[in-house]
Amino acid sequence: MSTLSRDELAHLARLARLAVTDEELDLFAGQLSVVLDAVARVGEAPVDDVAPTTHAVPMTNVTRPDVVRPSLPRDVVLAGAPAAEDDRFRVPRILGEEA
Amino acid sequence: MTTTAGDRLVAYDELLTRYEPVIGLETHVELGTASKMFCGCATTFGAEPNTQTCPVCLGLPGSLPVANAAAIEATVRIGLALGCRIASWCRFARKNYFYPDIPKGFQTSQYDEPLCTAGHLDVEVDGETYRVEIERVHLEEDTGKNLHVGGATGRIHGADHSLVDYNRAGIPLVEIVTRPIPGTGAKAPEVARAYVTELRDILLALGVSEVRMEQGNLRSDVNTSLAPIGDLEWGTRTETKNVNSLRSVERAVRFEMRRQAAVLDAGRRVLQETRHFHEDTGTTSAGRSKEEATDYRYFPEPDLVPISPDPEWVEKLAAALPELPAARRARLRQEWGLSPTEMSWIANAGALGLVDETVAAGATPGDARKWWLGELARRANDAGVELAGLAISPRQVAELTRLVAEGTVNDQLARQALDGVLAGEGDPAQVVQARGLAVMGESDELVAAVEAAIAGAPDVVEKVRGGKVQALGALVGAVMKATRGKADAATVRRMLEQRVL
Repeated sequence: MSTLSRDELAHLARLARLAVTDEELDLFAGQLSVVLDAVARVGEAPVDDVAPTTHAVPMTNVTRPDVVRPSLPRDVVLAGAPAAEDDRFRVPRILGEEA
Repeated sequence: MTTTAGDRLVAYDELLTRYEPVIGLETHVELGTASKMFCGCATTFGAEPNTQTCPVCLGLPGSLPVANAAAIEATVRIGLALGCRIASWCRFARKNYFYPDIPKGFQTSQYDEPLCTAGHLDVEVDGETYRVEIERVHLEEDTGKNLHVGGATGRIHGADHSLVDYNRAGIPLVEIVTRPIPGTGAKAPEVARAYVTELRDILLALGVSEVRMEQGNLRSDVNTSLAPIGDLEWGTRTETKNVNSLRSVERAVRFEMRRQAAVLDAGRRVLQETRHFHEDTGTTSAGRSKEEATDYRYFPEPDLVPISPDPEWVEKLAAALPELPAARRARLRQEWGLSPTEMSWIANAGALGLVDETVAAGATPGDARKWWLGELARRANDAGVELAGLAISPRQVAELTRLVAEGTVNDQLARQALDGVLAGEGDPAQVVQARGLAVMGESDELVAAVEAAIAGAPDVVEKVRGGKVQALGALVGAVMKATRGKADAATVRRMLEQRVL
């Protein structure tokens, strides 16, 4: 039985930069505990003779040669930014932003 | 924020009577690949902002990364050079956090499966060897660059907003992490510096990075803790971030030791935190408190398949490693017949490569060493530049030593020829010719000067003929004076002896 405490949920929400109200904390903590329980049932499967799955794709060493390819034009890049200034992405004040 | 002004410090010698330090270093090296780690964008330093980005390094939806083969090879070679075990199988991982300089919301890094583990690097300080254990070498990507606007000094504190350039985001970055290094005592700051220096030289020998610290190719995070002498447990460490010169590495450790000693003396606890180093004052100040590793919510990167280096390929890379700095020093010391101390003078002056190249260009090891550590070191010091920054090449130095050895110039004239070379007047032989610096052979002018000296001092000639041969020195001096130092003293003496005795 896994349970997710309100504090753990508040911590996760902060790391994900999600604003969560007190009521939502109670609601989601309960719901997520149920989800965790459901997922935990995977651990009950008999896998003693099954090799661990390490990756969804059974391949290794997919690489590209060290060759330069054209980049995007800057105006195209910055066109997707909420704000730009001096050919750079403009972002809000960094310090003091964290709650 | 804690300001540095209020930090109390304990004198270095005094703190050593009560505390012992443990240090550790995490060093980030930007690889010198042509393209980025997971996309084909160029890595040119100093390019116009945001001209080297694409959907992959900007983290746009639907883009897929593919690992750069040259970066993986470079990382394996670094691991081999540090005596590491190369993993037979490893994965990339996502390190999740929000900061404007990572466009994706995570940094692609490695976590519990680094490419290289368990190596070591021996460094020497004042004739003593310290073994630095390497915990891991892993491959990740660099972040973008923030420019802070609206603050008083371009710093993040007090800034109104920031501007981000993502050209650097995604450049392959290798992180080299040491295990904690105990037992260095008073030498801790110097061991830290020697380690980064040796590491830089290895990276240079491998040719995997330009390792220009001033361009941020190599940046060290310096961990320092202090504990009362004899304590079984180590103290709480601080991590001074992004120290980017060799001198600063040493200063950062020294400052943290002095600061932490004062904290402990006052009966308080050292906080585990990141600190920023200030080049101008040589001090550190508190940054954000260290996030727990679990806060990064690492998980295996699903968009990249595992790396599984072929053992035969790794063996081939190991066999093809170049001569590493320590081996090179040992070889050259033997070839040049120097003591370890003499060798360390050359190394400490940053003259090893220069002396080696000068010898290769035909100078004797003794002459090459004499010029680089003597006259040239003095000029570099006066000009406030590194030896390698002087406007003279090893080949030109070799030519100068040849001119002296052949008797074309004496030491004093050679120094004048050096002035000319450094002033951009050409090679030493050209300068000697243009400035008329060659010592005189038995020219008419010199014969005249010798005969004038003999004629002008009959009393001295009398003494010499009477058996006081050392009185000849006065005549030599007179000739040298008459020729303003351009005559060769040995030649003058021989000419005088032929005429007087």
